[in-house]
Formats: sequence, C-alpha cells, structure tokens
Amino acid sequence: MATAESVLKPDFKTERKHFLFTDEHEQLRESIRSFAQKELAPHADEWEETTFPDSVFTRMGELGFLGLDKPEEYGGQGGDYYSALVLAEEIGHSNCGGLAMGVAVQTDMAMPPILAFGTEEQKQQWAAPAIAGTKILCLGITEPDAGSDVKGIKTRAVKDGDEYVINGSKTYITNGHRADVIVLVTKTDPDAGYDGFTLFLVPMDAPGVIREQKLKKMGMHASDTALLAFQDVRVPESAVLGQVGRGFYHIMWELQGERLIGAAGSVSGAQRVFERTLEYAKERTAFGRAIGNFQVIRHKFAEMATKIETARQMVYMTAWRQQNGDYPVREISMAKLYASRIACEVADECLQIHGGAGYMREYGIERAWRDLRLNRIGAGTDEIMLEVIGRSYGL
Amino acid sequence: MALTPPFTEEHEELRASIRGFLDRELAPHSQAWEDEQWFPNEVFSKLAGQGLLGLKYPVQLGGQGGDYLHDAVLIEELARIGSGGTAAGIGAHVNIATPPIWKFGTDEQKQRYLVPAIRGELIGALGITEPGAGSDVASIGARAERVDGGWVVNGEKTYITNGVRAHFIVTAVKTTPEGGHHGISFLIIDRGEGVTSAKLEKLGWHASDTATIAYQDVFVPETNLLGGLNEGFKLIMANFQWERLAMALGAVGAMRLAWERTAQFARERTTFGRPLSGHQAIRHQLADLAASAYSARCVTYDALRRFVAGEEPLREVTMAKLLTQRACYELMDACLQIHGGAGYMLEVWVERAVRDARLGPIGGGSDEIMREILGRILEAPGGV
Repeated sequence: MATAESVLKPDFKTERKHFLFTDEHEQLRESIRSFAQKELAPHADEWEETTFPDSVFTRMGELGFLGLDKPEEYGGQGGDYYSALVLAEEIGHSNCGGLAMGVAVQTDMAMPPILAFGTEEQKQQWAAPAIAGTKILCLGITEPDAGSDVKGIKTRAVKDGDEYVINGSKTYITNGHRADVIVLVTKTDPDAGYDGFTLFLVPMDAPGVIREQKLKKMGMHASDTALLAFQDVRVPESAVLGQVGRGFYHIMWELQGERLIGAAGSVSGAQRVFERTLEYAKERTAFGRAIGNFQVIRHKFAEMATKIETARQMVYMTAWRQQNGDYPVREISMAKLYASRIACEVADECLQIHGGAGYMREYGIERAWRDLRLNRIGAGTDEIMLEVIGRSYGL
Repeated sequence: MALTPPFTEEHEELRASIRGFLDRELAPHSQAWEDEQWFPNEVFSKLAGQGLLGLKYPVQLGGQGGDYLHDAVLIEELARIGSGGTAAGIGAHVNIATPPIWKFGTDEQKQRYLVPAIRGELIGALGITEPGAGSDVASIGARAERVDGGWVVNGEKTYITNGVRAHFIVTAVKTTPEGGHHGISFLIIDRGEGVTSAKLEKLGWHASDTATIAYQDVFVPETNLLGGLNEGFKLIMANFQWERLAMALGAVGAMRLAWERTAQFARERTTFGRPLSGHQAIRHQLADLAASAYSARCVTYDALRRFVAGEEPLREVTMAKLLTQRACYELMDACLQIHGGAGYMLEVWVERAVRDARLGPIGGGSDEIMREILGRILEAPGGV
C-alpha cells in the first residue's frame, strides 16, 4: 500500500515492468531495442524506397531473434510466448512498419503452422533454416476474389498419382517476392465445405509458381507484397502440411497467433509515434511556449496514453490466458480490434499535433499514419473481428 | 477458463458468496429504493452481518483481515444490484470514509469510529467538495478555528454521499488562514449541534442521499483531528487512488451486467422476423461493447494489481479511471439504444443505468482532471 508521502510525490519516471516479464525478458527487450535502433532504424528511410534487404533475416537469425519462442531442437531459444511479445514490441524501434510485418510473417504467421502441424522432415527442412534466417517464409491465404471470406478461396490442389497439382492465385502476400517457401491454403475437395481445405508447403522455385507484380501500397513500403500465380504446380504428397481436409481449421488456428501478435504490433507502433510526437511537443514552440504546455495538447497526450495503455493491457491479459492454457479466441479478437483502432486514432492525433510537419514526409509521422492503417484490415478486418466476437456469444 | 490476475480461487469463492447474498437481500429492493430516493440504513447492518463492511480491515478491529482485492470483489459485485445510488452509499462508507481513519487514525479513533463502522452501527461520509471548490481541492474554504480543547468549524460541504444519514463526516477544513496545500487538515465531525444536511436531487444515483452539509459553529474536540495538523492534503491524495480504482471496478462490474442483460434482450426480442441479435448491425454493436468492457477490465486489473502490490500506480489508476468511466457511460447509452422504446421506460433497468453512469466522468475527479494529471505525468520531471 502506498503511503501518503509517496503518493504526494510519485516518481513518474520509475519504469515498472509488467508481471508477465522476467529479468531475462527485460534483457532481451534491451538487446532487441538496441539492435533495432542501431542496425535497422538508420536504414528505415532508404528501405521505404527499396524494401528491406534479406540480410535482415540472416542477421536476426544470427542473433537468435527469429526463434525466441521456438523449440531448441530447431535452433530456437525455447522461450515462452512473452518473448515473442517482446520482439513484436521492440521491433517497432526500427521505425519501419514494413520490416516489422515481414519479420512477423516469418516468426508468427508462417512458422507456427509448420511447427504445430508439420512432419519432422518439414520442420527440419523449413522451420530450422527459417529460425536461422537462411530461409524466408510467406503465407498464402487471400486471393483476388476471397479475403475475409476464407471459405470462398478458389486455389485448387488436385491429387494426381502420388502428387498434387495446384492451380490458382494468391494476393497481398507479404514476403511473397523474397520467400523460399509458401504455406499455401488450397481447396482439395470443393464439395466438403470446411472439411475440403488442405495446407501445402510449396517451394517458391517450383515450376509454375509465378511471382507477378510487386503491389504498390498506401503504406508498409518497406515490405514486399506480391500477387502470386500457381499454374500446374506439382508437389509431392510430402508437401501436405498437417492433415488433408483440415486446412481450414489449421489456418483458423494460425490466425489467432497472427492477430495477437498483430495487436502487440499495433500497440508498439502507436507507442513509437506517441513518443516521437511527445518529443516534438516539448521542442516545438508556438505563441511563446512549447506546444506541449498548452492544456489542449497536454490532454491529447493524456488521452492517447490511456488508449495505448489499455490496448497493451488487453494484449498482456490475453497473452497470459494463452500461456496458461486457454484458447482465447474472443479476447484475441477484442485485443486485435481495439489495438488496431486506437493505433490509427493515435497516429492521426499525432499527425494533427505536428501540424504542417505532420503532413510532410521528412518527419515520418505521415508514414506511421499510413503504415498503421493496415492493422484494421490485415489479419482479419475490424468487421470480421466484430463478427467473431458477436458469434462467440451465440448472437 | 484461467482465472484473471490478480484474482485467485479464493476471490472467486468470495465473489460467488457475495453475489448470492446481494441477489437475495439487496437486488430485489433496488427499484423500490430508487423510487423512494433512499435505501434503508439496515443495509449497512445486513452487510456488516456478512463481514462485508470490513473485508480489508484487521481482525482486531472486527474486520475480516483481508486486503484490497477482497474489497475489489465486493465493489464489482455491488454494481450488479442495479442501483448506483445504493452502491454509492455503501461505497462511500467502505471506500472513502473509513480508509483514512484506518490509515491515519489513532487507536482511540479507530475504536470510536472504525470498529462501529465495520459493525454497521455508525455510517460514515467523506466531506471534501464545497460549493466553491470541486476539482480544485486546494481552494476549500471551510475553516476550523482553534479554541480551547479543539476547533470551531464553519463552512459548507456539498455533493456528499451519505450526507443525510452519516453519523460522522470525515471533513477537510482549513486550519490556517491561507488554507491550500499546507493548510488543510481533517476532522472527524459527529452529526450534532450545528451540523445540518439538505438532500440534493440528482440526474441519477437516486437511492443515494447526496447532500449539502452546513457546519455552523460546530465544536470539534482535539481528539478528532485525523492525521497530522495541516497535513490534510496528504490524506486527500492517499485516498484518491483507492477511490478512483473503486470507481473503475464499479464500472467494470456494471458494464458486464449491462452487457449480459442487453445481449439477453437482443436474443429474445424479435424484429423483422428474427431476433434482434440476428441483425448484423446489432450483433456488431454488441461485439464492440463486449470489447470495450474487456478493455476496461484489463486496464483496471493492471492498476489494481500494481496498487495491491504496493507500487504507486498513479499513472495506471488515473488511466483506468479515465477510460472506464466514459466507456461505461457510452456502453450504457448504447444498451439503451438497443432496447429502443423500452430503453426509455422507467420500468426497464437501462435508463437508470445510463443516468447512474453519467456521474462517472465527473465524480472522483473529472475526466478533465484525469487528463491534466496524466498530461503532467507524461512531461515530468522538468519536461515541457
């Protein structure tokens, strides 16, 4: 219990870590942050033009950052889920939303299904080098005609002897141009409804895999986003990931991890733009004083900080549930919905506080505004989150 | 489902037992008490009979020897009786009037006030706000003048919960001519000669006897000085954190109940040939509200956990208070909307819930004060 004296003069600068995190997590946090600040952030502007280089993966692999919560037998660090959260939070210090997304696709979207459903051979072939950073992964769900409605995908895999022949197309695929392999969602039995889907691990150099254009986007410019075509791509049966006919359920499971880590990424992005704007408000003067000294501006910061902290606590509480054996689909959806929304609100308010500078490229605020806008769409839109939450109550 | 930190199995058992008691003894009367604009004083003795007025207080004083987490369970559950005013009256006694005596009182004061308060025999109120001083607490004007053996108090307090029924009022007064941060003290003032209360009519919280209290030449003996002379501001600040956390917890409980009831209504009410919840717009609105309730819970529990662990979570408590009070009001208003015409009728619970919730962004420090505190935290120390 706080005493009267201490309440009267609180130490605002005291960093209090959350109970999820141990000292080891904090050391990890420190080392990822320092890596992001020293080795990534200085290139952020350049990579907006060129997309970030593949060497980011090899470097992060060397440092052990691509397998923090992955089993040691595949080269991972064997840590808990909270260490993955730490990465999602600290990679934001790269100031490079596209890079954070490319890395998250590797560690928290494409890799978990391989580790969860893959054979030992698949894990050795793809997960181990992905953890080492020598192979790059991507994940193919969305198609030109099917996004939120995953059931409506048309990419077909047809059994032919002891092979499968795959035809179709996938779009908005992060890492799609650089990837060595894709975790591909296909339909193997169009008449079986939800039981007609199968996942495949398709090498991106297989004949018939066509990397069509690099898609131009509103934000996330450092990431490469692909439209892919699959024309009579032949893969052996051993390329099936998980069970034939269980692909829909496999991918719904995958999406939970993707959404929770996405929520953490939203919080991190919002926190970064908030911090940069706070700096700005202390330095920028108007009418004879720092703009942060105007009550209206100060209260904007208070409001934003409250939203960010609330979103963070949703992520932490939900992660805690996950780590303790729950499968909290409802809460994950809530955290994802809330965090991505407030991240956009915060970015917009920060742009406003910057005034004209906020609208200019050089300050990086408009970039954050563009980057964060994706979070309300990717990994399941706001509307899909609301649908999942509503139906979870039997409504 | 895994338990939600910081609560443990023990707290969940307490929750179940409190809920059962409140459902039997209080909830059935909440409508009547709202109509009468008064809940009976026996509510305190009933709660005391279950040990609920002293959950966090030491056994030696008649308490249960628990801690703030036990009180947190009570606060969340009290929100479920559906009468903000009744919960407020109990809350004023448990959360704001008695804690300063526990923390700052002498042994003799604890025996005289806290022990009977835990037994439900004496009802307490906290008197800080005045007609001329609300958020700006340093500017209170009620004054205590030194006389032989004590003080003589003159002044006025307002918006005092339990202000009519309270047997004692823990009152902030100026003990120096200047007042301000270093000139305020607390006196425990018994109802008696010179103390008069006038009940106020309000937008919500109807069952609560919120009052203006006038003190006219009230003699207060020396032994009723609570805490150090001219150190009253510390008491105010120390108490605010728990008061605000309590408000956040109340909102968490109220939001959950309102959501459950509204979802139930949406499942049962048929429009255009299907349940209201079968319409996507309503389903998504309910989903949104559920997410909002979860966000309120998460931010509050983090602040609560830190508070109980002995951290000084001024920042987290302030955020929790700011976020939950507005979220609760917005949720109640949305629930009213989903109820349509029925929502506007007094016979359905929801219009009362909206009115009750509207106090949240004002009481215990307004939204504007919360933002001001946070704004200053963010720039401290020696920032902009």
